[in-house]
Amino acid sequence: MSTRLSKGGRLIDRAKRLNFTFNGKPMQGYEGDTLASALLGAGQVMVGRSFKYHRPRGIMASGVEEPNALVGLGRNARFEPDQRTTTTELFEGAETRSQNHWPSLEFDVGEINDAFYKFLPAGFYYKTFMAPQAAWKHLFEPIIRKSAGLGGVPKEADPDRYEQAYAHCDVLVVGGGVAGLAAALREGRAGKRVWLVEQSAYWGGRTPVDGGQIDGFEACDWIKTTLQELESMENVTLRTRLMAAGQYDHGYVIGLESVGDTRPGADLPRHRLWRIRAGRTITATGAIERPLAFAGNDVPGVMLASAVRDYVANWAVSPGDRTVIVTNNDDAYRTALALLDAGLSVPAIVDARETSHGALPQEVKARGVRVLEGRAVAKVLGRQQVSGVEICTQAGEGGAIETIDCDCVAMSGGWSPVVHLWSHCGGKLIWDAGQAMFRPDPERPPLGADGTAMVQVVGAANGDLTLAAVMGGAGLGACSSDEAAMMPVWQMPAGAPPALRFKSFLDFQNDVKVSDVQLAAREGYESVEHTKRYTTLGMATDQGKLSNINGLAVLSDALGQPIPATGTTTFRPPYTPISLGAITAEAKGPLFQPLRRTPMQSWHEARHAHWEPVGQWRRPYCYPKAGESHREAVNREITNTRSNVGLLDASTLGKIVVKGPDAGRFLDMLYTNMMSTLPVGKCRYGLMCNENGFLMDDGVVARLSDDSWLCHTTSGGADRIHSWMEDWLQCEWWDWKVYTANLTEQFAQIAVVGPKARQLLERLGGMDLSKEALPFMQWLEGRLGGFDARIFRISFSGELSYEIAVPASQGLALWEKLVAEGKDLGVMPYGTEALHVMRAEKGFIMIGDETDGTVIPQDLGLNWAISKKKSDYLGKRAQQRPHMTDPNRWKLVGLETLDGSVIPDGSHAPADGYNANGQRNTQGRVTSTYYSPTIGKGIAMGLVLHGPDRMGEVIEFTGEGDAMVKARITDPVFYDKDGEKQNV
Amino acid sequence: MLTLTCPCCGITAEETEFAPGGEAHLKRFGPDSSDADFEGYLFARKNPKGVHFERWRHAYGCGKWFLAARCTATLEVFGTYAAQTHKPPADLIKKIKAKRPEWEPQA
Amino acid sequence: MKRYSIFAVAREALRYHAGWERAWRSPEPKKRYKVVVIGAGGHGLATAYYLGKVHGITDVAVIEKGWLGGGNTGRNTTIIRSNYLQDPSAAIYEKARSLYEGLSRDLNYNVMFSPRGLLMLGQTEHEVRGYQRTVHANRLQGIATEWIGPERVKELVPILNIDGPRYPVLGALYQARGGTARHDAVAWGYARACSSMGMDIIQQCEVTGISQNAGKVTGITTSKGEIGCENLAIVVAGHSSVLAEMGGFRLPIESVALQAWVSEPIKPCMDVVVMANTVHGYMSQSDKGEMVIGGGTDGFNNYTQRGSWHHVEETTRALVETFPIISRLKMLRQWGGIVDMTGDRSPILSKTPVEGIFVNCGWGTGGFKSIPGSGFAMAELIARGHSPLAAEFNLNRFKEGRFIDESVAAGVAH
Repeated sequence: MSTRLSKGGRLIDRAKRLNFTFNGKPMQGYEGDTLASALLGAGQVMVGRSFKYHRPRGIMASGVEEPNALVGLGRNARFEPDQRTTTTELFEGAETRSQNHWPSLEFDVGEINDAFYKFLPAGFYYKTFMAPQAAWKHLFEPIIRKSAGLGGVPKEADPDRYEQAYAHCDVLVVGGGVAGLAAALREGRAGKRVWLVEQSAYWGGRTPVDGGQIDGFEACDWIKTTLQELESMENVTLRTRLMAAGQYDHGYVIGLESVGDTRPGADLPRHRLWRIRAGRTITATGAIERPLAFAGNDVPGVMLASAVRDYVANWAVSPGDRTVIVTNNDDAYRTALALLDAGLSVPAIVDARETSHGALPQEVKARGVRVLEGRAVAKVLGRQQVSGVEICTQAGEGGAIETIDCDCVAMSGGWSPVVHLWSHCGGKLIWDAGQAMFRPDPERPPLGADGTAMVQVVGAANGDLTLAAVMGGAGLGACSSDEAAMMPVWQMPAGAPPALRFKSFLDFQNDVKVSDVQLAAREGYESVEHTKRYTTLGMATDQGKLSNINGLAVLSDALGQPIPATGTTTFRPPYTPISLGAITAEAKGPLFQPLRRTPMQSWHEARHAHWEPVGQWRRPYCYPKAGESHREAVNREITNTRSNVGLLDASTLGKIVVKGPDAGRFLDMLYTNMMSTLPVGKCRYGLMCNENGFLMDDGVVARLSDDSWLCHTTSGGADRIHSWMEDWLQCEWWDWKVYTANLTEQFAQIAVVGPKARQLLERLGGMDLSKEALPFMQWLEGRLGGFDARIFRISFSGELSYEIAVPASQGLALWEKLVAEGKDLGVMPYGTEALHVMRAEKGFIMIGDETDGTVIPQDLGLNWAISKKKSDYLGKRAQQRPHMTDPNRWKLVGLETLDGSVIPDGSHAPADGYNANGQRNTQGRVTSTYYSPTIGKGIAMGLVLHGPDRMGEVIEFTGEGDAMVKARITDPVFYDKDGEKQNV
Repeated sequence: MLTLTCPCCGITAEETEFAPGGEAHLKRFGPDSSDADFEGYLFARKNPKGVHFERWRHAYGCGKWFLAARCTATLEVFGTYAAQTHKPPADLIKKIKAKRPEWEPQA
Repeated sequence: MKRYSIFAVAREALRYHAGWERAWRSPEPKKRYKVVVIGAGGHGLATAYYLGKVHGITDVAVIEKGWLGGGNTGRNTTIIRSNYLQDPSAAIYEKARSLYEGLSRDLNYNVMFSPRGLLMLGQTEHEVRGYQRTVHANRLQGIATEWIGPERVKELVPILNIDGPRYPVLGALYQARGGTARHDAVAWGYARACSSMGMDIIQQCEVTGISQNAGKVTGITTSKGEIGCENLAIVVAGHSSVLAEMGGFRLPIESVALQAWVSEPIKPCMDVVVMANTVHGYMSQSDKGEMVIGGGTDGFNNYTQRGSWHHVEETTRALVETFPIISRLKMLRQWGGIVDMTGDRSPILSKTPVEGIFVNCGWGTGGFKSIPGSGFAMAELIARGHSPLAAEFNLNRFKEGRFIDESVAAGVAH
């Protein structure tokens, strides 16, 4: 059983005890513990269940590569599934729960899957569960879904805060081990702006545990003095707990910093997401030890050899009283020394190599440890905890020679460099046969913006596995024990029969075994990508950090080809999972997206307007009074506007000034109609099409002076149209002398609409707004009741109507003044829905309703707004194409239901028969449909085949559900056809 | 995440400051053009796996359009230049050819 | 071909699964085929499959530069729906969806089609009207969709926040028979079925040239030699322009990156697929328990299968806003694919200026869901020279201005 040792532990502070719980059971650890070390220290060896077979699983590693020891952490709104215990720092009050079992960790019904393991090999689900057709969705899939899915489901919104920050540097060094420290020191001394980031809370990487000398100093002392020098440099920034998650193009690196993880509820961001722009990235990300594939290598108590010595040295935790070490290399002998130094028993070292004569084996042998050479583990005994190992010859087929009692197995299959950041943007790898690993190929680096290498690799990440090699690469002297060659071992024993291969795990979380990879190869899933996807190898939360190389070695062997011919799967970010909260940061709730506010927004808010999002604006849809439904409010607003006077906040309307000697010529290209001939002081409604001929925006253009025009656009279109104008001016007609400015937010605009509009405005005084002084479709500038106003006499409702533009700063005051002055006239604000209904009553089109990106002005009866005199305008050529001139294009008409009801939005009119694909033929569709309180019944506009030629004809439209609605084709103008209302 | 240098204001900035605008050096065809020319202008985009000349706008900066030569396979940016030109500058072509002797500008 | 069944699995279990045969053969190419399909993705393999199954043409080779199913077929978010607005789109996507319903039994390979239901959220008045229009169009197209109110949305997806401060959910376009399938299995199932009909799937074989004689295709040059053919189908999403260039014509296509990512796995919490187009994000939960997330495409031409990070941020924000409980989940893996986008964002299934060459491309972000329908239509086009399902998707539509524009109803997402 694992236990806490009475002394040692370089990272823990025994003076600071921390309480935590595991599955409700109170436990204690120390400050400096990880959850994993605290669990092991408290004697908890089994910590979870695997994904597929629900096999008992224990802690296997001491770092990010851990596949098994994931827990649910926290409770309620702060619950987090799949938390990796080996990298989570222990904190007071931490609540942890094991995952993927029911009813309990020790007794799990799902374990039945393991009993049927022979029936559930890789991909069994592709071969079964096919009949009857509905059974997959309703029977088999629900069982699989429930049995899979690792962690619990958070139930509440996340109460924590996250933030993001930018960093810019010449050199980003990733990894605070000795290779990273040396690289940072070199770059720092050279005067570069350096960021050095380390994912854990500590500097030095593996070296403090594994020991050695650097530059004539004990490694730990070198680390200390190097850190002191780095800290003293102003051009160097050091950050721990910051994991470089991904290397993106052009030197962009995403990093995740853990800030408040150990202090839930404190006023701290939980995580900080760093966007780092680095001239160069130096990755010093080390290497990860590989497991060995032998039967039962997943039983709790089987661990990586390096992890075993980490727990002893860093946290004074003994993973077991008796540890058998299984290895194919010298490095694992360090674990024996660490255990012996801690007074623990090492009954045997099982070394697959025929001889072990390196310095470390000699030292271990000298201390009396039994070393079994040319031997292998045939099988691990025990289910919820290791109880022993059966030993066989590595070259044989697993016949047991002896059984050794133990409660821990420390395994080492060699090391794999961490090449993720090198590979994310396409850096290539080469196979290093001597060390049986892929390492970065310096000839084929990932390229940056300038086409040169943007990532360099140093240290173990570069395949330099010994301290001497690492520091040699940094130009420093170092000494560490010489190591003899390792021997690649991909299956233990080499001739393992199926019964053993079916229990030799490669991917521990996803339960992928040697036999699964071999099955995939046998069935033709030969590409490493096929095998990965067929078996799910490397697709677990550790993303194959332990399993990938072993898996592809087994695959290569099965295919009878060398490992480099098989290649690796693609490395994708993030290196370890990062919280969606950090990616979101503060952009949620009210800050989800920027909100554009008009000068009168606060007034609308105070009246509890019901909102309609329009682009990034939020416009009042209507202003419901107490007890009033939205529909009732809209009807009231319309009736009041048509009988008294209404106010609309039209500030969101796009306002673009176009000025210059060639402005008229330019607008003639932009609009379908002629704008250059518009007299100063007058307004003209204009249409804009894209080069495909489709109508994209409309609005009233006012000529301000000889060389300047003001173009109104739709609310949603202002920015788009402005950049559209700039596109043509800068990229096509760059010799034309035109200047544009988007003044949308510089002006507040208020529509004063209704029979009493003039009366209301006259009360403000200062300007003559009579019919003679300001006729329809003209504008005036002046002082209106003390405001600097430009008044357009234009109407989108058919009523007497003025749109008054004032500087944004005066908007609210003018609005409030109009409300106050118009009290006895019945003045009321109205919202976008009333606006829509009133324009529909008048048969005016609305961009986005009558148009949808496929409609041309000719479809809408707007030929009057298309100049025949112009040789060119944007969209003209497109409108000459056969499909655009087709007489069978649907045309705009009005529609009124026979029963007075409202045709549903989006309704279509079926025609006789079916098309070649069996779809009902159609002859039209509704584009706008409303209840008109003015007319007292449903009105609509729609596009109908030969519509204008079919006035008075009744056709059917699809109603709610299966119903149909009969409607008569009419003129689209339903209200005041002769325009008498606005002509006063 | 690209970085680009705006030739108008000289700023080197994040991709998020810019808006992409598709193929550069398109010739507009208007009302008197043939069907084939007009279709080509609107739709037949060069889509090379390699060097691509394209439009960008410094949308959240100076607002100016400019052109870039960029490799769509490696994302290397060979250079940026003003939009007010009908073809890429000779020195840029030379620079690309120096790096990629095999490369020939597409018609 | 040995049939797959639960009995076969049980039988093999007794001998440690030693008796399974290869799912597909890996032959050397023959000198000549009646039809050569370039691209062993879902679309290419489905084209070959229906050529054999429906039209009896089995003298077919499917040529693949890398590994079958290794392109966009294996890197999408596996959504299947047919709630399209325009008639031609609705027809081909519904054909695909209905073929998906029976595909596992058809192929004797479990592709795990799961009609779990699909919601497209309406979050602005404008969007609501757009989706209502789709419902009415679908009714006449024979596609079962409905508009449902926010309460019903909440019932279907309890983890959805329908009262977001910025874009409250006003309802949703619901297709109950939309859903997901296992993407790799679709490619593998088609490949196995094609191989068993005697077709040759030739992987690791790069096409370097297309030969013609008098305006008619005669064969291709590949890294494994010359291969002659009567008909050639180019079905290589992402690289369509490169192959078209070899054929001497140009396509109205641009290649851009589309990204997706998954969270770590959790227990089942969301059965249906949810798309939120106003905020640009969509999400479903895989059978493994991962939340599968996708968003919009990059705007610039790109062949790297890597996208830009800011899209990940935008989409994640959209989804955290929509599903607040996912904030404490972690992104496990992100990836990208190259999709080809046409001028109207609809696909091209068409003859080309070269006789005997057909193209199937331009599926943009909608490729996976259309695989069976696309293959069915393409096979018909090749075998008969005409396919009603493909008719409207021909190359001439750009010249004529006869667009099939779906963006009018749905935003960007698929």
